[in-house]
Amino acid sequence: MKYLLADIGSTFTKLCLADVEQRTVLGTTIAPTTVKTDVNQGVEAARQKLGKKAEDVEATLACSSAAGGLRMVAVGLIPNLTAEAARLAALGAGGKVVETFSFLLTEADLGRIRALRPDILLLSGGTDGGDVKHILHNARQIQNHLPDVPLIVAGNRSAHDEIRRILDGRREVWFVENVMPDFKQLRLEPAREAIRRVFLERIVEAKGLTRLCDRARILMPTPEAVFKAAVLLSKGIPNSEKGMGELLIVDIGGATTDVYSCAEGAPALATVRQRGLREPCEKRTVEADIGMRHTASHLLEEPALKEIIRENGAEWEEMQTWTQTLTGNPGRLPQSEKEQAMDTALASAACEVAVGRHCGRWEEAFCPDGRFYFQDGKDLSNVRRVIGSGGPIVNSKTPRAILAGAKKKDGEPALKPRDPNYYLDTQYLLWAMGLLAEVDRAAALEIMKKNILPLTK
Amino acid sequence: MKTETPNDSSTPPPTIVLGVIGADCHAVGNRILERLFKDGGFKVVNLGVMVSQEEFISAAIETGARAILVSSLYGHGEMDCQGFREKCSEAGLDEILLYIGGNLVVGKTDFSLVREKFLKMGFDQVFPPGAAPEEGIAALKEDLARRIVAKAGN
Repeated sequence: MKYLLADIGSTFTKLCLADVEQRTVLGTTIAPTTVKTDVNQGVEAARQKLGKKAEDVEATLACSSAAGGLRMVAVGLIPNLTAEAARLAALGAGGKVVETFSFLLTEADLGRIRALRPDILLLSGGTDGGDVKHILHNARQIQNHLPDVPLIVAGNRSAHDEIRRILDGRREVWFVENVMPDFKQLRLEPAREAIRRVFLERIVEAKGLTRLCDRARILMPTPEAVFKAAVLLSKGIPNSEKGMGELLIVDIGGATTDVYSCAEGAPALATVRQRGLREPCEKRTVEADIGMRHTASHLLEEPALKEIIRENGAEWEEMQTWTQTLTGNPGRLPQSEKEQAMDTALASAACEVAVGRHCGRWEEAFCPDGRFYFQDGKDLSNVRRVIGSGGPIVNSKTPRAILAGAKKKDGEPALKPRDPNYYLDTQYLLWAMGLLAEVDRAAALEIMKKNILPLTK
Repeated sequence: MKTETPNDSSTPPPTIVLGVIGADCHAVGNRILERLFKDGGFKVVNLGVMVSQEEFISAAIETGARAILVSSLYGHGEMDCQGFREKCSEAGLDEILLYIGGNLVVGKTDFSLVREKFLKMGFDQVFPPGAAPEEGIAALKEDLARRIVAKAGN
């Protein structure tokens, strides 16, 4: 039985043809996305390249990040509590969190949100039975100023009745369980599920993707597909097939860099105290300012890049010119050995910065019993598997050099993997296996294990 | 142990935030207080040891707490609590009750002076070393009841 899996991105449409009985990938192809006319054209063009193999497929399953992906705004009460919980829920659902707001929404905030044109607004605030003042105020503001933005309410349960009255007559609103029902206890799954539903029911249509539906089922945003694949690969299938265990995935793109971790990351020592939210075992972050093309120039400001350039003997001026070239022409590929080396340096810096931001940190403190540490975020020092995915890593001649940015350097504050082994998503199919897992988890897991291979040098 | 709720059973129990302030890692008393206040009918959000003023305040806002109960055992309580009440006001917690107890200063000082100092800093109740937790529970119920009456009177 064959499945055709499609990722409709902003620039390219990728196809992956998988055979679930043989547990194998029969082919992958790529064609420009045709979102402005009819996305079917792009899919069809990519399918043509697969030839006869692509006949008699059981179904076509798709994910999409077209037209800027799923733009989300998260609203909460305290920045590092419910606002952060809402942000994590949105990221976990494959959203691109364009901004997060806290406390009472002002009219300036509402103007800003309108300008950001989010696809979904996620409203939280207060633990169950906790504060209601802020979320009620914010619901009123949203109702008055942003009547048409699809809204998911995932805040203090005690306020939901009153919020329903405030939002009376609003067409697109969904109520789900609180993202933080108890102090520092996260429950992200109901909000994530709601986001996914709204994405399917509404956003897919708004972005002109509905016409695809006669031939393919769009199931989720692309980052969520990768996330699902990551969790399956890490955890495996209980009582049947083992997973790889704790892991970290780096997916560098042209505009953004995604990092996924499946690892507890709890404080490993008695002298370390968790501060702030205890982050979920399965966590995704997306760095909107770190990428290989559209956002390449931002990397110039990162000390990491300077360090890498100093090590491999390139010239800073040349790097400046190269990033300018890329920003003006994102389709540009390296043509000389020198350009190749600069692209590797950029990717390596992107990896170092994005993984650094994903991982937690320690802060030293002293008490009468001696030295203590506060831990913010997750401690991923003991994670042994770092997997590279995404075009720039998968197509690189030196993927290991890029992924080395994920390893903790001396003096680096972030709790990055200390001694990782590196792996490569050799055929760039994590996203596809996230989709395939929806119909056959065992096949998706086995195909991943066959194709995600250790990088020995 | 006898348990009683400060309000009648139809309303949810009042939430309180509990923790040991500053760089103080005395955990045992904190656990005992958590247990006793829970049994006493409160919903306890226990932040544990080494808690900063900001953490107390954030937790109180998010959970809609009625009182913050601060412990300090290592003698630096005065330093750690400077500006606590003012910060609460800044954060909009105008009506929150602030309690403190423990070994609040180093050495043997007349406790009435210590109490006066902390009352001046804006704490509503100050408990000496060795005070029974039941005293705190009783005082809290009384203070909360008084607030309700005062509100109804307005």
